[in-house]
Amino acid sequence: MKCEELLAMLNDYVDGGVDPGVCEQFERHLAGCNPCQVVVDNIRRTITLYKDGQPYDLPVEFRARLHSALRAKWRERWGKPG
Amino acid sequence: MLESEPSDADLVRRAKAGDLAAFETLATRHERRIYTVARRITGNEEDAEDVTQQAFLSAIENLDGFREEAGFATWLQRIATHAALKVLRKRKGLPTVSLEANTEPQEGYDTVPHPEYIADWRESPEELVGRNETSRLIDEALAELDDKHRLVFLLRDVEGLSVKETADALGLSEANVKVRLLRARLQLRERLTRAFGDPARRLEPHRHDKT
Repeated sequence: MKCEELLAMLNDYVDGGVDPGVCEQFERHLAGCNPCQVVVDNIRRTITLYKDGQPYDLPVEFRARLHSALRAKWRERWGKPG
Repeated sequence: MLESEPSDADLVRRAKAGDLAAFETLATRHERRIYTVARRITGNEEDAEDVTQQAFLSAIENLDGFREEAGFATWLQRIATHAALKVLRKRKGLPTVSLEANTEPQEGYDTVPHPEYIADWRESPEELVGRNETSRLIDEALAELDDKHRLVFLLRDVEGLSVKETADALGLSEANVKVRLLRARLQLRERLTRAFGDPARRLEPHRHDKT
């Protein structure tokens, strides 16, 4: 298999949503190719870092402004605070 | 005495009945996540603040019609994502859904860059996540991507939209979503592996052509 084919499969493999025939072919390749195994692992860790990473904190002044706006909107919607 | 925290679904039900405190609790619970989505998509604080505020105000406006109480976080996230993309389109002066001025050609895998620096990372994501340095590094790596790659990565891998949803949101073909996602993943992997990889366990890239 050419590198390009492997890279295309790699994408689908990481997602887990690929057809079983392709998945099996890619897994057979992985079994004999340490660099590819490491690349797959690297990518999974990369995705996890962004997905499960620390969210940004809201700037303090913005947070106060946001909640004030929400309360004002709520009053508008409901007539008075609930 | 410790009270177990109310679920999102409970809070939404109470908010729908007029309980402001319940809505504020929901907001406090989700605001950092929403702000982060907005910040990463728009790339700046001011737009991120506008988008965050818009998302929560929109949630208040549309709360009555919202049925799936348990899916509040996802609903809110979708509102924020679309609001952030709208800001980007406006910034580029584009009236349509597509973030690109020209008709987008079909991209191929043949020009996808191959991995160069290959090494196991020294630490797990869990270990890395707590550090300030990590946040800075991952933000820098993300900012180095072209919009067209960064957005696909954010929507697919971070926000969890499907290929079709991502394609629709960005005005792309599903095939191009996949290729761009691969490019984004590989570019980020390359950058982050140089930072987090164990140089003592570095492997040579393997040319597969002969197999």
